[in-house]
Amino acid sequence: MSILVDEKTRVIVQGFTGREGTFHASQMIEYGTRVVGGITPGKGGQIHLDKPVFNTVEEAVREEGAEASIIFVPAQFAADAIIEAALAGIGLIVCISEGIPVQDMVKVKNFIRTTRSRLIGPNCPGIISPGKCKVGIMPSRIHRQGKIGIISRSGTLTYLAVNQITSQGLGQSTGIGIGGDPLIGTTFVDVLEMFRKDEQTEAVVMIGEIGGSLEEQAAEYIGKKFKKPVVAFIAGQTAPAGRRMGHAGAIISGGRGTALEKMEILKRNGVRVVENPAEIGATIKKIVA
Amino acid sequence: MKIHEYQAKDLFRSSGVPVPDGEVAATAQVALAAAEKLGYPCVIKAQVHAGGRGKAGGIKLARSRPEAEKYVGEILGMTLVNRQTGPQGKLVRKLLVEQGLDIRRELYVAIIIDREKEMPVIIASAQGGMEIEAVAQENPQAIYQEYVHPVTGLADCHIRNLAFKLGLSKVQQKNFSQLLTHLYELFMKTDMSLAEINPLIITGKDDVIALDAKVTFDDNALFRHPEIAAWRDVFEEEPLEVEASKYELNYIRLDGNIGCMVNGAGLAMATMDIIKYYGGEPANFLDVGGATSAERVKEAFKILLADPKVKAVLVNIFGGIVRTDLVANGIVHAVRGMDIRIPIVIRLVGTNEEEGMRILRESQLNFITEGELADAVRRVVELAKGDGSCPF
Repeated sequence: MSILVDEKTRVIVQGFTGREGTFHASQMIEYGTRVVGGITPGKGGQIHLDKPVFNTVEEAVREEGAEASIIFVPAQFAADAIIEAALAGIGLIVCISEGIPVQDMVKVKNFIRTTRSRLIGPNCPGIISPGKCKVGIMPSRIHRQGKIGIISRSGTLTYLAVNQITSQGLGQSTGIGIGGDPLIGTTFVDVLEMFRKDEQTEAVVMIGEIGGSLEEQAAEYIGKKFKKPVVAFIAGQTAPAGRRMGHAGAIISGGRGTALEKMEILKRNGVRVVENPAEIGATIKKIVA
Repeated sequence: MKIHEYQAKDLFRSSGVPVPDGEVAATAQVALAAAEKLGYPCVIKAQVHAGGRGKAGGIKLARSRPEAEKYVGEILGMTLVNRQTGPQGKLVRKLLVEQGLDIRRELYVAIIIDREKEMPVIIASAQGGMEIEAVAQENPQAIYQEYVHPVTGLADCHIRNLAFKLGLSKVQQKNFSQLLTHLYELFMKTDMSLAEINPLIITGKDDVIALDAKVTFDDNALFRHPEIAAWRDVFEEEPLEVEASKYELNYIRLDGNIGCMVNGAGLAMATMDIIKYYGGEPANFLDVGGATSAERVKEAFKILLADPKVKAVLVNIFGGIVRTDLVANGIVHAVRGMDIRIPIVIRLVGTNEEEGMRILRESQLNFITEGELADAVRRVVELAKGDGSCPF
């Protein structure tokens, strides 16, 4: 098993014919993801990458039975793309787009809660169940099927961790980048709950960063309910307060959300916290070996 | 994006949020003319993007023309230094001259987007005029919150709840209600991420007035507010950060001596952390982003090296989808023709990394290549501790 996506998941791409959409859709198809088509309003009826193009998500759901969508549209149109996917009944919406205004996300999140859709991201690398399906932009080459679940707020830092895990001879059950924005669809706790129930996942690597309180919530959840071993790294131990460190969500405000606070509460709840990001792979290897 | 107090107050005034009468001035002459027009007492306020101006000597009450002359002379052109400005301080280029008011009470009100509840929250306190962080720590029950659901918007009950907790009289309640309604509308309409009034004052006539105004806008939403984006004051920003923003490079200057160039924000933060872990000090945060073209790499190097503190550079690229041989070519192309006299340690991982490393080694440039992150960091920390000369 893996969580959320597997080889059967029927995936569409919103922003299919654009540069990013085209590149990553072809990478996903090459990986074996069951891409059943894509959306570009005004280009419906065309064929792109040997797949049908639709004007609306609704059509793609009706014609191709789309279940999951990945969004590559520019940030100013991304909230609309998420709402469209949710209205059409897409169960899993992965939003890659970076730079969505916070107020757009306030609307999106309060709306999506009233639907049956799950949103991952925005501003994230997506999700991969190695050997089965990739609905994301991560380099597939570094991944290998295995028993470690990955959850992260970052992109390239996650690749660093995955690369170390694979180099240690281990593999991943599912890897999810939940995104670097202040308001995101799926949290650490949501994913931990899925990993808890997933038989393939034996241990979890969690990569957090400064800002917000998602890591603190995860720590409390782990302390109460999560019995599988967790290794965590929190980026931004050396970040100055009040400065936004690249990600819109990575900011220490009013003395809250520091890396140290997050590391302490994770430790108190039984998480193995590494201070040196070069040691993530070796640490998880020791635990599951 | 931050704006100045005088800009925020112009915005407030035109949106129905009461503010004191006042004028902005860039010269002593204009400032004194404004003081004469407003009458005494008046308040002379330094306009810089930093809080804590009063304690740093940037806000003075002038009771007469001689006092106004004295304070205008002192504040205009001063370098205001406090915890918020950093040790280098901020040059005061503009003053706001405002009428003095009859202050009976000092309250606090702010609007932000709450990340956990995923909606705007209004924060208020009867203990205005002091740092709200201090109030939150010493007396958290003195801070009141009203969460505003996007479906209802700001409702009368939110305002009533706050007004009663703040102990406002009936007339004051009416004035407070108007101010808050307009402030909330403005917050939503202009995509603010922070609107803070500290203090919000009540005058002897029961008027409710924003004596201060601190506003921050959501950078991601500026595309739909070009008139606000035009208010950006680059003089308030670190020059190297302004330069970096022209090339969409994400750069933040820090105090150390190891220049970092990394792709991805999370990896850039983690690279800073690991430098510190091995006993070094990062000179900056720099995320070159996904599309690592030769042009961007070159601009990134220029910005890194413009910081005279930098004694060694660490390049840490995880070429996920990007081909690292192309990145290597970009680095070689960028560095060739630049006169770089400090060591550059490079770690490239990802697609075609062997080819990428070969290109770097064979370039005849003074690169030090490392395959493992920990080795690369240890090396650069060691080199930065040296005298800064090239090891070749």
